Amino acid sequence: MTEHKHFIVRYKTFAIVWALLGGLTALTVAASRVDLGAGNIWVALVIAATKSALVIFFFMNLRQEARLFKVGLLAVLTILAIFIGFTFFDVLYR
Amino acid sequence: MSHEHRDDTGARFGMWVFLYTEVILFSGLFILYAVSLAKFPAPYSIASHKLNIYFGTINTLVLLTSSLTMAMAITAIQRGRIKQTLMLCSSTVGLAILFLVNKFFEWSAEIGHGIYPGSEELAAMGPGVTSFFNLYYFTAGLHGFHVIVGATLICVVTLRVAKGKVNSERYVLLENSALYWHLVDLVWIFLFPLYYLIL
Repeated sequence: MTEHKHFIVRYKTFAIVWALLGGLTALTVAASRVDLGAGNIWVALVIAATKSALVIFFFMNLRQEARLFKVGLLAVLTILAIFIGFTFFDVLYR
Repeated sequence: MSHEHRDDTGARFGMWVFLYTEVILFSGLFILYAVSLAKFPAPYSIASHKLNIYFGTINTLVLLTSSLTMAMAITAIQRGRIKQTLMLCSSTVGLAILFLVNKFFEWSAEIGHGIYPGSEELAAMGPGVTSFFNLYYFTAGLHGFHVIVGATLICVVTLRVAKGKVNSERYVLLENSALYWHLVDLVWIFLFPLYYLIL
């Protein structure tokens, strides 16, 4: 594979991402104490997905990797969506 | 001068491919969770309240911080600051141990209350609560196993950094261990709200 020269990420960038992750953790705990009915689970999932994106793009440095890495992740998420979708087609309409 | 064969991007991509399969592995368990939650919404809420939210939240912060120290370790080695790299890797391992110690106390308390797979007290709480705790122990257990593997890997890399085999010119092993460690964090990011925070 062709080498991409990555720039060195500064400590400060990582510290900001960490602070955001901490803030989102507080938010997910707070949101879970409010009764939103079925909305609770969706709020939790949206916050978890946002936290994941921060970890993947900054800590795992996906933003500096070649396109192949990103396409691979997208493929996994697509397979996962099909996996979840088909499971619920079955379970919800029995 | 001998020509050196190496492909760091390829090595990292190999790690990513492995992590894609790890995502699928844990997804199977999360889908099982989703299906059971749809089937037993009320018992899942009752069961979730039996988990200790403080342990869960503290362990979330411990893992997030350990991901931070691991990400910083890569910056440190790229800058050639070996001492800092060693300190950051050791902090990550320390936080991993802290996570497991918390987990030990948490599980001890739950098992002490008769909540463990196969217990009669758990069976008496009905199929919904039983399904919640079986999945909880299996998913958190598999996650805990990943914590042990990740921490061991980081220990090995730390020794190689100390010996100079992993250095500012050659650190893909450190990058790959860090990638694995971040996956452990990612799994917990979903596990925590789904198991500890259902109202």
